[in-house]
Amino acid sequence: MVLDYGLGNLRSVTRGLERAGATVRIVDDPEAIQSADGVILPGVGAFGDGMENAGPFREALLEAAAAGQPILGICLGMQMLLTTSEEADRAGQGDVTGLDLVPGRNVKFRGDLKIPHMGWNELDVKRSHPVIEGIDGGYAYFVHSYYGVPEDTDSILVTSEYGVEFPAVIANEAGNVIGTQFHPEKSGEIGLRLLKNFVAFAADA
Amino acid sequence: MTLTKRIIPCIDVDVDEDGNAAVYTGVQFEDLEYTGDPVEMAKEYNEAGADEFTFLDITASAEGRETMLDVVEQVADEVFIPLTVGGGIRTVEDIKETLRAGADKVSINTGAIERPELITEGATAFGNQCILLSVDARRRFDEAGEHYVQIDGESAWFEATIHGGRTGTDLDVLEWVREAEERGAGEMFINSIDKDGTKDGYDLPLMEAVSDAVSTPVIASSGCGHPRHMLEVFEAGADAALAASIFHFDEYTIQETKEYLDDHGVPVRL
Repeated sequence: MVLDYGLGNLRSVTRGLERAGATVRIVDDPEAIQSADGVILPGVGAFGDGMENAGPFREALLEAAAAGQPILGICLGMQMLLTTSEEADRAGQGDVTGLDLVPGRNVKFRGDLKIPHMGWNELDVKRSHPVIEGIDGGYAYFVHSYYGVPEDTDSILVTSEYGVEFPAVIANEAGNVIGTQFHPEKSGEIGLRLLKNFVAFAADA
Repeated sequence: MTLTKRIIPCIDVDVDEDGNAAVYTGVQFEDLEYTGDPVEMAKEYNEAGADEFTFLDITASAEGRETMLDVVEQVADEVFIPLTVGGGIRTVEDIKETLRAGADKVSINTGAIERPELITEGATAFGNQCILLSVDARRRFDEAGEHYVQIDGESAWFEATIHGGRTGTDLDVLEWVREAEERGAGEMFINSIDKDGTKDGYDLPLMEAVSDAVSTPVIASSGCGHPRHMLEVFEAGADAALAASIFHFDEYTIQETKEYLDDHGVPVRL
């Protein structure tokens, strides 16, 4: 199930999941979440807008996470799993609170770097999880200006490097809520592998 | 471990006499030669290791535009790498339709020159990452510019043009890319009217000047005839290199190009 909260190109992620063997439903009804084997929180755009648009899904997502349903947040969808973002502070939107499923903060890349971090970067697996099997050392497609920093470093499954080593895949403590900073649906074979892993993980959960 | 330089094949898509989309390859924006079917070419480039694709819609009609969106949908269903679509985008509605068809980014040239607010509106609605400013730059050796570089001992500036280089705007490219960046363009797609189709290398002074002027990624286009030209343009500061004919006519494969770059110390996704 892919949540449609008004942002992003859902076509590629839908096709990617279908290729991974999933039956995909695009939903804009929070109540539909409960019946899904797995939930995809896609995302493109700004943190404040994302949280605002995802507002109606908030309670249903928190319940699904607590019940152990697999959830995959992509790009902004990953950032929304954390608690806060510098992006909303900078945009003058005050304290826009994320889902807080993985406690932490989203910060902007600093230093003499081109922003956004856009393109293919290498993945370095730090911890094992069924969803990231077979992706170590592969390249994935990133496009973002902010990155998530979980409070607990055990939440970081995969990192990449752009001026600084930053989290590329994170998970909550229970392991059912996963976020990828890169776009698996745009990352060729490596990305399809991750989607396939997620579909299998969701089917088993 | 670092961000890799991107190699991007670009196809110019037009509608043939039967109303089907077809890829054409031109020389200095003219003399188009039939090259193949866009969806088949996209699939081949995906398998060959392209890092992204760019489709330029060179049809001018509304009918052509519909065909193009159909092609974008077909490609987006087959190929799981980023897809940029440009040509004829004038309104936020055009941007929305193109993204909805499956494009990840839109490239805007004339539409942004005519109405720079289009960049701001597009970036606000869909995010900076999907708005590329496309510039068709032309060297000028007169005194009308604002920023000059030395080219073969002469002082030159770069003018942004429209209508495939046929119409000048007197707008200095370096001023324009800075303004576009402030307005929220997430990437600069820089073409050179002087170098297009020549295959004797990118316009290096242009690419260097633009890369220095903005802090967003720069895609260099026009003039690639050999993987060596990509090496030169990456050294000049570009983040991605776009090419058409060297790939379309099988002069070099993407893999050969990347191996050449890797041998010369350029980080690439092999």
